[in-house]
Amino acid sequence: MVEISRRTVLKAASLVGVAVLPQSRAAAAPTSAGTQPILYLFLNSEEAAFVEAAVSRLIPDDDQWPGALKAGVPGYIDKQLAGAWGAGERLYRSGPWRPGTPSQGYQLPFTPAELFRTSLAAINKELAHATPFARMSSEQQDAYLTHLEKGGKDLGGVPSDVFFTHLWESTLEGFFSDPVYGGNRDMAAWRMIGFPGAYASYYDVVDRHGIKIDRAPTSIGEDPHGGIHINPGIPAREP
Amino acid sequence: MAERLKPVDVVTIGVGLTGSLMALELAKTGLKVVGIERGAPRFTVPDFQSPAIHDELRFSVRKGMMQDNVKEAVTFRNASDETALPIRRWGSFLPGTGLGGSFVHWNGQSFRFQAADFIYKTHIEQRYGKKILDPELTIQDWGVTYDELEPHFDRFEYLCGVSGKAGNIKGAIQPGGNPFEAPRAREYPTPPMKEPYFGALFRKGAANLGYHPYPQPSANLSQPYVNPEGLALQSCVFCGFCERYACEHFAKASPQTVILPALLKNPNYELRTNCQVLRINLDNTRKKATGVTYADATGREFEQPADLVLITAFPLNNVRLLLLSGIGKPYDPKTGEGVVGRNYCYQTTGGATVFMDESINVNPFMASGANGTMIDDFGGDNFDHGPLGFIGGQYVGAIMTGGRPIEFHPTPPGTPNWGLKWKQAVARHYNHTVLLQQHGTSTASRLNYLDLDPTYKDAWGLPLLRMTFDFPENDIRMSQYIADKVVEIGRAMGGKAVIRGGTKRPYTTTVYQSTHNAGGAAMGDDPRTSVVNRYLQCWDVPNVFSVGASAFPQNGAYNYSVTIGALTYWALDAIKNRYLKAPGPLVRI
Repeated sequence: MVEISRRTVLKAASLVGVAVLPQSRAAAAPTSAGTQPILYLFLNSEEAAFVEAAVSRLIPDDDQWPGALKAGVPGYIDKQLAGAWGAGERLYRSGPWRPGTPSQGYQLPFTPAELFRTSLAAINKELAHATPFARMSSEQQDAYLTHLEKGGKDLGGVPSDVFFTHLWESTLEGFFSDPVYGGNRDMAAWRMIGFPGAYASYYDVVDRHGIKIDRAPTSIGEDPHGGIHINPGIPAREP
Repeated sequence: MAERLKPVDVVTIGVGLTGSLMALELAKTGLKVVGIERGAPRFTVPDFQSPAIHDELRFSVRKGMMQDNVKEAVTFRNASDETALPIRRWGSFLPGTGLGGSFVHWNGQSFRFQAADFIYKTHIEQRYGKKILDPELTIQDWGVTYDELEPHFDRFEYLCGVSGKAGNIKGAIQPGGNPFEAPRAREYPTPPMKEPYFGALFRKGAANLGYHPYPQPSANLSQPYVNPEGLALQSCVFCGFCERYACEHFAKASPQTVILPALLKNPNYELRTNCQVLRINLDNTRKKATGVTYADATGREFEQPADLVLITAFPLNNVRLLLLSGIGKPYDPKTGEGVVGRNYCYQTTGGATVFMDESINVNPFMASGANGTMIDDFGGDNFDHGPLGFIGGQYVGAIMTGGRPIEFHPTPPGTPNWGLKWKQAVARHYNHTVLLQQHGTSTASRLNYLDLDPTYKDAWGLPLLRMTFDFPENDIRMSQYIADKVVEIGRAMGGKAVIRGGTKRPYTTTVYQSTHNAGGAAMGDDPRTSVVNRYLQCWDVPNVFSVGASAFPQNGAYNYSVTIGALTYWALDAIKNRYLKAPGPLVRI
């Protein structure tokens, strides 16, 4: 058996994926990823500048795969903060408020939107008379993010490690979630790891151990193309 | 003032696994049954359909099918000298809500508890003497035996169509099955599922070490099946969206597939959704329930009189309803007296991450919720605990449920938390990593219990449930002992690097571990140590039955849904054949 390197196969898969795309989706794909301006609904320009620069360091570009910025993560974070999640959906929000133990989890009164706004205001205020985060060198940005991650720094009432965790989890979500939410543009994160996305059936291949899946990934947004119900023997209807 | 409704024979509080099954059987006898469900009505078509159901962010991360913490949370502390605070976002466990309850988003892992589990105290003391038990442990027998439950296990498995391979039929060990399982009357309804690659890798490694691998029994079916209610299930297609999701394919046993279509056709049954039960009402003797009071979606309150009240909510909510209604004496950890909230147990988990060679394409996304390969060599009391100084055990298996990348992006030890090297490690290891699970017993302790929180309230102004819990030292020793064995299996599978798991203290609510919360309304033979008798009937209020895992005096090693189903049928038999003929206590002391 000829060994084909993972990189070659993924590259091929990626090319095949583009080649078989219906015209409508190919047209919708960004011609030059990351260059389209993002319409921000929640973040102001200073906040957006921090988020764009920070996610670029958390998940950077490499020579093969886009990082979080080009994948659209800042837009994802913005829309989440502007919506129900930002407003505290599924978050018990009654006091009294006490600092808890690590086992007790998040105990701050801030919704995610309030937490980002409060933390980013404190960061931007701190750096107002220094170099803004977005204009630091990559090394300086990494050092600053590491400093936040370590904790012990107060961001207007939000411990910096709590803010960092929210920023990092949001970045991960935006990078890996279905592109219908605005991140994971062109499913680049899924192509990178080989996750096929929202296919509905692997019945025929699950016991073909070790095969490589060489199809382009599928978003739940593509169902009109019939890509998700791939096993017509199991229709979605009352049996 | 609550509007008083026309009396009915039976009311179930909650319409999940236990509530729908109780209602199905009791409505068949001609009784008028009302099911009150706090969440929304929902059905396979149109609510669970693709493409929207395949959304990791909405269902796994944002927990779209779970109890809404904005309305109802649980407060938590590790020990009774701490102040409990609300679990503001679910983490370690995920109670479901809505029609079908947690039996919609379950994985379909379909085990029977073992024979020794039901006579745990007797069994342990006979085999090892009393000295093996740490003084704070409060294990006890269930008051029902495996042999009594076997026909009910069988019946529930055939209701669900469970796919598996028997390991012990009437005492005869069956090749390919689990040689440690308790004897069953016959084969599983359907054969085992196809074995994915991660299972095959585990099978080889475990067999090389002399263990006994077998296919995990699954309620995601291997082939089409028609259950005794005439309801059809389809083959699971391994879509990878099972745990925390509803099944779009009619392939997973759930109330929506195996119970509700039959129940909702019965004119004796009425379903009321978006209705929150606030309390069970008692008469002035406090020994008889008169019905329940609930608030509908608009907040209007109703009193529903009923002759028989069945508490069929999630186990934690069963306990909370008993406490809110003043049924049974609340447990006091200082004196050890009282029963409601006593012996709250969890599940002791663990596992290992096994990093394989780049030539091994694991394809973790080709999975159902229950297509693992596993061993029971370290389950329950399947190994000699005498020299080890702890009780209990865990099953070990390769059980991967979908490889969805927000949750699953393993990196080997030494990888930075973020940045370029993190990204490269994720790309390198995503499709070449196997997760192994340890899943085991939770031993009851006098220190762990449930009561009502003195401070925090739900959206209806009622006290939240307060959980006081940490892993007993016994369970830490057990999990850590087995963690070493799991690392050996990982290496035998060909793992280049293996991250060791095993449970540590303190228990934390922030990391997902298990939704098998158990105990707090234990069953038993002694009213001083149990809330319900062996038929799940409340000792203090005989026309109330508290059904579900809240009745477990301690938790066994396995995922518990099938054992809940068997207990429900067991209680149903007693209700139908004895209680209805002569309402009153089924056990007299």
